[in-house]
Amino acid sequence: MTAQQSRLRIRKQDQITIVEFVDRNILDEANIAQIGEEIGALVNDDPNPKLLISFANVDHLSSAALGALITINSRIKSKDGQLRLADINSQIIEVFHITRLDRLFQIHPGTREALASFA
Amino acid sequence: MAPPQQRRERPGDPPRSAVRTLGHDRGQIEALCETIIAQMLAHGLSETATFAFRLAWEEAVSNAIHHGNRDRPDGVIEVAHLVNDAGASVRITDQGDGFDPTAVVDPTLDENLECPTGRGLLLMRAYMTRVEFEPPGNTVRLIYERPPSSR
Repeated sequence: MTAQQSRLRIRKQDQITIVEFVDRNILDEANIAQIGEEIGALVNDDPNPKLLISFANVDHLSSAALGALITINSRIKSKDGQLRLADINSQIIEVFHITRLDRLFQIHPGTREALASFA
Repeated sequence: MAPPQQRRERPGDPPRSAVRTLGHDRGQIEALCETIIAQMLAHGLSETATFAFRLAWEEAVSNAIHHGNRDRPDGVIEVAHLVNDAGASVRITDQGDGFDPTAVVDPTLDENLECPTGRGLLLMRAYMTRVEFEPPGNTVRLIYERPPSSR
């Protein structure tokens, strides 16, 4: 059995883990489940997680993806960690606004602003 | 598992030649979505329209598979669609017993914001001109009408 190909690009900067998505469309629930597992593993392995999720190059996402983000957020909060979202295009920002999830997540226009916001 | 129940056609229903039966197969589902979007673009509908359709489609199909068909591997959904200069409509029928769309909790309430599920119907209604459920609730019709300013 071959290992599943990662759906994420991950890098570290100043104790902050920066995650980007390989896929432009985050719609397939199997892929979303994999994304949730991969990010969950990053959070689990870090005693004080500081995570920045960049949506650069993401064109579409579904409510299942939003659900995965909520689960990640809950897990990070339980460890007193920090989560930021960045680089979300205007159409997807509207999805966050319609669902009022822009009140749940700390969303920044770009990666630079998001990085500066970590305590 | 019983096939989707037959229903009488209504005016404005997509022609029977546009009815397809899809399994719970991502490839089939994406292919039909791309077909419909290509037709929308060919009729001059905007990228905003296709974004809206793709999102509502994903939510409706996901609900049909998970809630209607309970993720059964042999489950199928019946899809009919129609695209013209006025817009796009799609009708999706699952094999479930239906549900009451008025009984779905509001996911935008503060106490529900951290619930990871329950936003599909909200998004369908936000992005489509109309969302109609046919009793007993296992058929949903998504209708996107071209805005007057873009005609």
